[in-house]
Amino acid sequence: MNKNFYRLIAMMMLVMLITACVPTSTTSPTQAPEVVPTEAVEVPVEAGPPTCGTEPVVLNAYFETGFDIPFKLAEEFTKQYPNVTWDIKQDQFANLITTTPLLLSGDNAPDLLRLPTMVSFAKDGLLMNLDGYAAEFGWDEWPVPQLDQNRVAEDGTRGSGELYAMGLNYSLTGVFYNKEQAAQIGMTEPPKTLAELDALLAAAKEAGLQPIMMWGSAKSGMGLAFPLQQLMAAYGPVGPINDWIFNKPGATIDTPENLLAAQHLERWIKAGYFPTDINAIEYTDAAARFGAGEGVFTFNGDWQNTGYDTAMPGNVGFFLMPPLEAGGAPAAMSAPLTYGIATKAKNADCAAFFFNWVATNDEARTINVAIGGSNPGGPLGAMMPAAAAGSVTNETLAAGPVVGAAGNSMDFIANATSAIFAQGWTPELQKMVGGEQDAAGLLQAVQAEYLRELAQ
Amino acid sequence: MKNSTDITSSELESKTAAHKHLRRIFSREKIRREVWISWGFMLPALLVYAMFVLLPLFLSIYYSFFRWNGVGPMTWVGLKNYLTILQFPNLLGSIVNAFKLILYFSFVPVGLGLIVASVINRVAPGRFGAVARTVLFLPQIIPLVAAGIIWGWLLAFPGLINEILRGLGLEALTRAWLGDFTWALPSVGVIGIWVLLGFCTVLLLTGMSKIDPALYESARIDGASWWAEFTNITVPLLKQEIGVCLTVTVINALAAFDIVWVSTAGGPGNSTSVPGIQIYLLGFSQRSVGLASALAVMLMLLVLIVILPIQRLSRETR
Repeated sequence: MNKNFYRLIAMMMLVMLITACVPTSTTSPTQAPEVVPTEAVEVPVEAGPPTCGTEPVVLNAYFETGFDIPFKLAEEFTKQYPNVTWDIKQDQFANLITTTPLLLSGDNAPDLLRLPTMVSFAKDGLLMNLDGYAAEFGWDEWPVPQLDQNRVAEDGTRGSGELYAMGLNYSLTGVFYNKEQAAQIGMTEPPKTLAELDALLAAAKEAGLQPIMMWGSAKSGMGLAFPLQQLMAAYGPVGPINDWIFNKPGATIDTPENLLAAQHLERWIKAGYFPTDINAIEYTDAAARFGAGEGVFTFNGDWQNTGYDTAMPGNVGFFLMPPLEAGGAPAAMSAPLTYGIATKAKNADCAAFFFNWVATNDEARTINVAIGGSNPGGPLGAMMPAAAAGSVTNETLAAGPVVGAAGNSMDFIANATSAIFAQGWTPELQKMVGGEQDAAGLLQAVQAEYLRELAQ
Repeated sequence: MKNSTDITSSELESKTAAHKHLRRIFSREKIRREVWISWGFMLPALLVYAMFVLLPLFLSIYYSFFRWNGVGPMTWVGLKNYLTILQFPNLLGSIVNAFKLILYFSFVPVGLGLIVASVINRVAPGRFGAVARTVLFLPQIIPLVAAGIIWGWLLAFPGLINEILRGLGLEALTRAWLGDFTWALPSVGVIGIWVLLGFCTVLLLTGMSKIDPALYESARIDGASWWAEFTNITVPLLKQEIGVCLTVTVINALAAFDIVWVSTAGGPGNSTSVPGIQIYLLGFSQRSVGLASALAVMLMLLVLIVILPIQRLSRETR
């Protein structure tokens, strides 16, 4: 009797533990068959672009936890359009990756939601095609690169094709520095070439300072992907990098230019420019440690502006990664803060009107810069709000047009496929830090993982 | 009908003898009614079990034959997912890691749990014993995510454990424990010991309380040492409880996910990656539900292969 009882308990635990590893199987099947892939949704043609009307509207929204910007924008929107109220739910980015398909295919599909990825949702017909709205609101005429990253072509490549999302703002990456420590190693102005940056890093090491603060824990994802991609864009053109990210046929990351970039990063690692415990440092820890004065430089994006300004008021500077040769054009990763509308959304017109309002309304743009720290994008000649004096946001905002004019903006190599960061870049770069991988092996391994994922 | 009474409930089983006698006196109808009533009592539990355990299990097996992203159309691919998984570059490494974790998740907690339980049982059965039991069991109650964060801090390069080592003049030993290729897996193992030791101790203590104290008394009259009691009375009589502990903790090691995910997420460089992490990444990052299911089914088979001999051993010669 006992025997059977224990056996049953053991079996139950075993089965529960194993099935716990695949929770999708318990939740998704009921919803899956309901999804009917749809082609471009026709936007009702009325006089002028759509609005939120005058009747009460409740926008059903799904935002990302930890970022104030959409919440503040929603608040201001209701202030200006009192008939619109919000039903906002929120979740962590990592959870959004798993829940978004269910949200989009569910009965109460959001009018507005943060999109962690979009190609497969677009292919499955879960995301509304926004081309109709783009034509009506005139988004098509905005400076070109803004919408490209949100376009998905028929073959599933990104960068061109139909529009499936809009950016609430457009982030920019580069090198942040601690002004006091930079002065200490004799940096009077931002480096103009990669060689000058190398000299500064060596000087920082010499002075006993931490040259670069970065994160690298698998829990956060390996931060060395930032300097690596910046180095790639210094050694070669950004076109092939974007082709690879957008899954263009035949694209490879394993190019001679990228090998030089990876070797450069390897030299930085071997020179001890990164913290020795980088493989255990999480994103938030790295930001906190840089804010506490550990690190002359750090590679990051303007979404961290407010955090840096709060930790070290007036002491944080920013420059774009310098090019290889003096006079070359700087490049940067820049990605929209992507939001989309579900195909099944009940208030799509109002959500589209909100997108347009975020980019064109002066008050919204001011909130975007003050809270988000990023460029609000939008039409040419739109009002550009000033950031607080002494804020590093002034420097990132000034840098944006430099990259834009050079046509040198890239998406992130971490976004090439949905798992390339977790299964490719992160483990391989961690191995490079641990001396278990070299530059050539890194690129080969990531390319193999990329092809493996695309084949599945 | 006989077959069904065998597997239904312990209550019925104990009544089997009585049934044989009653069968002669009462009509078949009555017996049949009793069986139906007992099934009725079990029905709610069976329904829950079927819905939350059996259904997901069979769905996982079903999905493993499809190529599916969790939302779009499903494409039948037969056994292709299994072949793909077998060629998975990181598969062997993560299985080896899971077996290494058995040492930390299973052998140490069970071995240490036996010793701790018998010490509590013999030396401090009173209030101190209750406190010790509670303290050891606490990790089972603390949410693992919170525990993972705390362990992350303790094991960080600027963390408490390294500070203590520095204080002891052992500067050379300091490192980022969870970011070190050699030490990350043992560090995850230590967290596992912390989580599972209390579970094993409490289970073994409960088993010990069922052992007849007269056995210990007579052993003591004969002058048996603690060790002699331990090896000759405690361990042999706890064979079943040890079997359950081993079963649960070995499953915890082979199907590990949560402890690894909250401490290292498989890093650095896959050095702590286990099949559970791979299933998660395949299912949720890569959104290949078919591949994730195939790996989950293979993991289940692997666990069964390892667990069944343990079950058999703990049942024998009892």
